[in-house]
Amino acid sequence: MSSAPHRIPETEPRNTAMIGKSVKVIGQIFTKEDLYVDGDVEGTIESQENKVTVGPNGRVQASIRAREVIILGQVQGNVETSDKVDIRKDAKLVGDITTARISIEDGALFKGSIDIKKPEPKPTAAPHAQVTPAPHAPAAPVAVGAGAPRA
Amino acid sequence: MLPEKLRSIFRKGSDPALHGSPSAARVERAPQSLVPAGLVSLRAAKKDAPLTRPSRGLEQFFFNIRDVVGLSILDCAGANQENINFLVDLGHKIYSQDLVRNLDDAFGLDPAEQTNVSRIDYFLRQNFDYPSETFDGVLLWDSLQFMSPALLNAVVERLYDVMKPNAYLLAFFTAKEHATEAPSYAFRIIDNKTIVLSSRGSRPSGQVFNNRNLEKLFGKFDSVKFFLTRESLREVIVRR
Repeated sequence: MSSAPHRIPETEPRNTAMIGKSVKVIGQIFTKEDLYVDGDVEGTIESQENKVTVGPNGRVQASIRAREVIILGQVQGNVETSDKVDIRKDAKLVGDITTARISIEDGALFKGSIDIKKPEPKPTAAPHAQVTPAPHAPAAPVAVGAGAPRA
Repeated sequence: MLPEKLRSIFRKGSDPALHGSPSAARVERAPQSLVPAGLVSLRAAKKDAPLTRPSRGLEQFFFNIRDVVGLSILDCAGANQENINFLVDLGHKIYSQDLVRNLDDAFGLDPAEQTNVSRIDYFLRQNFDYPSETFDGVLLWDSLQFMSPALLNAVVERLYDVMKPNAYLLAFFTAKEHATEAPSYAFRIIDNKTIVLSSRGSRPSGQVFNNRNLEKLFGKFDSVKFFLTRESLREVIVRR
């Protein structure tokens, strides 16, 4: 028995929401986990921090917004990602792409525009400031008696 | 198809051209009147292999838009990673489509179908439905040479409309004036003056092209410049 870690095939994602190939959805889809679409979707798909995969049987007539989009089927609609769009061989995308990175395999069909928007670099934390002790100031006079502040 | 005498030579063992060192014995067997066997087979072997070559037209195109970022470039080669990477690295926005493939989808392979006015309108709506003065550059590659006159004139008219003033387009036409067919290629940009041509077979040529009728075709544009290549391609730079 192999001791290599079991790799989940991309065609059978686990811990991912799935729209199977016999399913048709018309409307708006919001998801907070990865989404695998192998059926028909009309409307919009939004998964800002996650990945959306359009499987080989997927037919999507929708705009897609996600962290990452992988297309193996057909998409008609604009695609916007914060990270990457990956268009595989035999895939078809008609629509405009806004992304930080794009990969397109030979054999893929694409018609539309590509606008690369690199993410803004995160502000780096200010370096730990060297604290130089203030010159020793003469001690303030201490009031004695009731109501005097505690040291 | 090679002559029988050459085919009989190749049947008798490996082809010296494929191993890069032509055999003297094989050259002696070939009749003197024929091109040396090694050279013929090398041409045949290279016929379908991608060809990397410099392009004066491409060099001129990018020279004209140098030092500017954020331009809108229409690439009609069909989306490929090389062209996308190159244009994106220059800081431009790319519009991509495979115009030759879309020609087949709209008209089939018969150039006679390209005279149908309603189909021409459909083709223009499918492929050039952009606002006026959208593009700073258009890379048409060899797509225009497969269009019949009616379609070609309509496409050039639409290109004039969707290109900005002083924008440039690059188009390739076969330089063989009496050719009824022309080779079709997929074009990939390696750098600002180098391209890779991958053969996509031959297609019927829309019409005969020469410098004079190309100047007339682009008569509405500001200027037309020609470069001739060794592969009998006429590279044309046109300024709107």
